[in-house]
Amino acid sequence: MTIHHDEPDVSALLAPLESVEPGLMQRLHDRLAAAAAEQDTLDIAYRTVDSPIGKLLLAATERGMVRVAFEVEDHDAVLQRLAEKLSPRILFSASRLDPAARELDEYFAGTRHRFDLPLDFSLSRGFRLSVLEHLPQIAYGHTESYAQVALAAGSPRAVRAVGTACATNPLPVIVPCHRVVKSDGSFGNYLGGTEAKRALLALEAA
Amino acid sequence: MEPKKPFELVVREHGPTVLRVCRAVLGAHDAEDGWSETFLSALKAYPELPAGANVQAWLVTIAHRKSIDIVRARNRQPLPVDELPVRPSGLGIPGDGHREVLDAVGQLPPKQRQAVAYHYLAGLPYKDVAGLLGGTPDAARRAGADGVKALRTILVDSSESYVKEETP
Repeated sequence: MTIHHDEPDVSALLAPLESVEPGLMQRLHDRLAAAAAEQDTLDIAYRTVDSPIGKLLLAATERGMVRVAFEVEDHDAVLQRLAEKLSPRILFSASRLDPAARELDEYFAGTRHRFDLPLDFSLSRGFRLSVLEHLPQIAYGHTESYAQVALAAGSPRAVRAVGTACATNPLPVIVPCHRVVKSDGSFGNYLGGTEAKRALLALEAA
Repeated sequence: MEPKKPFELVVREHGPTVLRVCRAVLGAHDAEDGWSETFLSALKAYPELPAGANVQAWLVTIAHRKSIDIVRARNRQPLPVDELPVRPSGLGIPGDGHREVLDAVGQLPPKQRQAVAYHYLAGLPYKDVAGLLGGTPDAARRAGADGVKALRTILVDSSESYVKEETP
């Protein structure tokens, strides 16, 4: 905040007005997020959750989950891109993401094998979208090769494009691109890092 | 041009300033409603705000309009005295003089109060303050200066009377 006036004696006179009670901004913020959701002006709500593969950013529109992001992607940068691509009407708000946070908790605890969340694929188009729509059909604990996914998505020769679709998956973990591996059985790259992919496959193999 | 930030950052960056402005213009009782209505309305209009616009000046403009609405509604509907809400805690940090200064600001005529809030608390240049209050930048500057002068008098008087009461 920059205050453009050069009268230090007036600043001193008004200085007592600077203080804001602890917790008040938080309360006003939460009230704003709730009212905005009610008036349909909260286009994107987000929160973070802790997980065995690091802190995850969860973002949802009114239609459903729109983005899951790993810490290595830089959550601030991810939010900035959402503002530019979808809408800048973005607020931190836990409530819209409560079901997603709960299901992810259960998934990482090993008690949930399928996600039952509405998904908003508005960040994906064309062939990439076809790939993402196929991925939830790969069952928990199973894997498919990039070539198998290409075939299932309707373009058997588009193996590289499947790799790109997985690498740009806006909803990792929930849309299980980690279940796509190389034909020789090696892991292949992963947006959250090879270690994260290994951890997810190990969790599901347990 | 700088791309538009997520609105969350706008709230974090400007929320406290807008609250100070609402408190000065509306008083402690209505300030939180003023703040909420300002940011709700700003969120709605945010996608249409031109990139690179002065966000703080834009928010103060909205706060100014919302305050006018709140004052009008308050005047139409006087508060029943027996239902005045009990405020759970004092404003600011106890003993920091927040309440005293805010009360003094509340005693100023509306134009002076607004000029002080928009220029000194929100940092709007007097040209922009005049745009909100009507009249010339010089008139806005006079309202601000008169407001500060009156504040000094009120605050000095009250601290003197406090000393008098305390000294037998």
